Amino acid sequence: MNFHAIRAIYLFEMARTWRTLMQSIASPVISTSLYFVVFGSAIGSRMVEINGISYGAFIIPGLIMLMLLNESISNASFGIYMPKFSGTIYEVLSAPISYVEIVLGYVGAAASKSVVLGLLILATSRLFVEFHIAHPLWMVGFLVLTAVTFSLFGFIIGVWADGFEKLQIIPMMIVTPLTFLGGTFYSVDMLPPAWQTVTLFNPVVYLISGFRWSFYGIADVSIGISLGMTVLFMLLCLSTVWWIFKTGYRLKS
Amino acid sequence: MDPIISIKQLSKTYDSGFQALKNVDLEIRRGEIFALLGPNGAGKTTLISIVCGIVNPSAGQVDADGHDILRDFRAARSSIGLVPQEISTDAFETVWATVTFSRGLFGKPANPAYVEKVLRDLSLWDKRKDKIIALSGGMKRRVMIAKALSHEPKILFLDEPTAGVDVELRRDMWEMVHALRESGVTIILTTHYIEEAEQMADRIGVINHGEIVLVENKHALMEKLGKKELRLQLSEPLQALPEGLRDQSLALAADGHELVYSFDARHGQGDIAGLLRRLAKLGIEFKDLRTRESSLEEIFVSLVHEPQSQPRPEEEV
Repeated sequence: MNFHAIRAIYLFEMARTWRTLMQSIASPVISTSLYFVVFGSAIGSRMVEINGISYGAFIIPGLIMLMLLNESISNASFGIYMPKFSGTIYEVLSAPISYVEIVLGYVGAAASKSVVLGLLILATSRLFVEFHIAHPLWMVGFLVLTAVTFSLFGFIIGVWADGFEKLQIIPMMIVTPLTFLGGTFYSVDMLPPAWQTVTLFNPVVYLISGFRWSFYGIADVSIGISLGMTVLFMLLCLSTVWWIFKTGYRLKS
Repeated sequence: MDPIISIKQLSKTYDSGFQALKNVDLEIRRGEIFALLGPNGAGKTTLISIVCGIVNPSAGQVDADGHDILRDFRAARSSIGLVPQEISTDAFETVWATVTFSRGLFGKPANPAYVEKVLRDLSLWDKRKDKIIALSGGMKRRVMIAKALSHEPKILFLDEPTAGVDVELRRDMWEMVHALRESGVTIILTTHYIEEAEQMADRIGVINHGEIVLVENKHALMEKLGKKELRLQLSEPLQALPEGLRDQSLALAADGHELVYSFDARHGQGDIAGLLRRLAKLGIEFKDLRTRESSLEEIFVSLVHEPQSQPRPEEEV
């Protein structure tokens, strides 16, 4: 294992985060805080509790997940896309480094940033809303698992993208709508029965449900299914990444 | 001595169907400077990219420093440094950060003293804290070289290293390349500048249409390069060379209207004055004269465009 290379990629990517602190950290924290102000404090104070939880507290797991998914995808896709765009990918491809090590470096850094952001937003939300965490270890576990899974997904997008527009398409056109419709702002059982069934085809439902369970012990679907679906999606991403490196798709001729 | 790079029957066909390399066999000797010449699209960059691991070969085998580039890619790639044709850098990183990153990427532990030496050797030390985006084109190219040298490679590929750089920097690079060779690094460079190949290389290879057309010691090529011709346009045509001119270096051309004298100017074998004296003695007059010499560039062009033909001499006067 080329640990020096993994460390080099990881630190290089993390250094970019510190260099662009406003964009990487401050911006998502501020925008999520606005959600808490609007939906948590302002509107939430006039809404009824959901399963005994105040609306402001109810949306915290969903909002963190919304940010986590977008940031994981964004960090990882940008991380691998930029060397492709600037041409510096030649150095990674010519280095004595395996595909696993490349992924560990890029995805590890992207997931780390997302987890740090998630924890920052969690801490920030405490300024606006009272909440408790029923299963803190599970909460951290879901946070890390989701960050890694969607960083893998972002890595795939970064390899696939051949322009900046494509980097944004999937997060904007697919991930964000799925997150909004995946129970960020409501419980699935608040939907009409037909829509409840349709919603179960949305993979983000399982992520938010599992994450919310770690906070309040309530879930739209069972914790086992949530965990299973998340792991399944991660395996799908891993398989795709394996295929990318096996075929050299958009990396090697 | 074992070659440091051994390429056997290497072929590459891209998905588009374009065959960039056709059964290339090539050996690079340890410690030499090898210049690979060829026109655009000849396969130079594809060849380098395969050896470095950037492009997958379609067939064939490549060993670098005794290691198969596919089966033992870690050992093979650890021994190779690459300076690509395009200046591709992380524009917003500092010189120090990007060179340190390259060293780590190639599996070497941090060694600030070595990185400092590389930067000083390349006159980049004063720029170490500068962002790459703020550097001049020449300085950026030096950064590329510093990155390639950061992991102490035994083999250095320079793909068009002086393309677009000014004369002064080109001279600096030549000196740097010689210094690297003195330190034991094997250097393979591609170039469009024949002068550069002449100046730097120990051996020269010519590639065209994905095939190696020629690999020869530079001095052997210089022998060809040294061939000169003196052509005298005779006032009266000759049917045959008179007795006093029967000499291997003399021949008639243009139906006897021209007398051609071939000689090796580099070895002082030309005796134009003596020839003119002999002509005067024989009463042979001429109305015009011109000298022509073959150059490496001409040899290259003739190999590239007409592989079967002999190099044509170049008109000088």
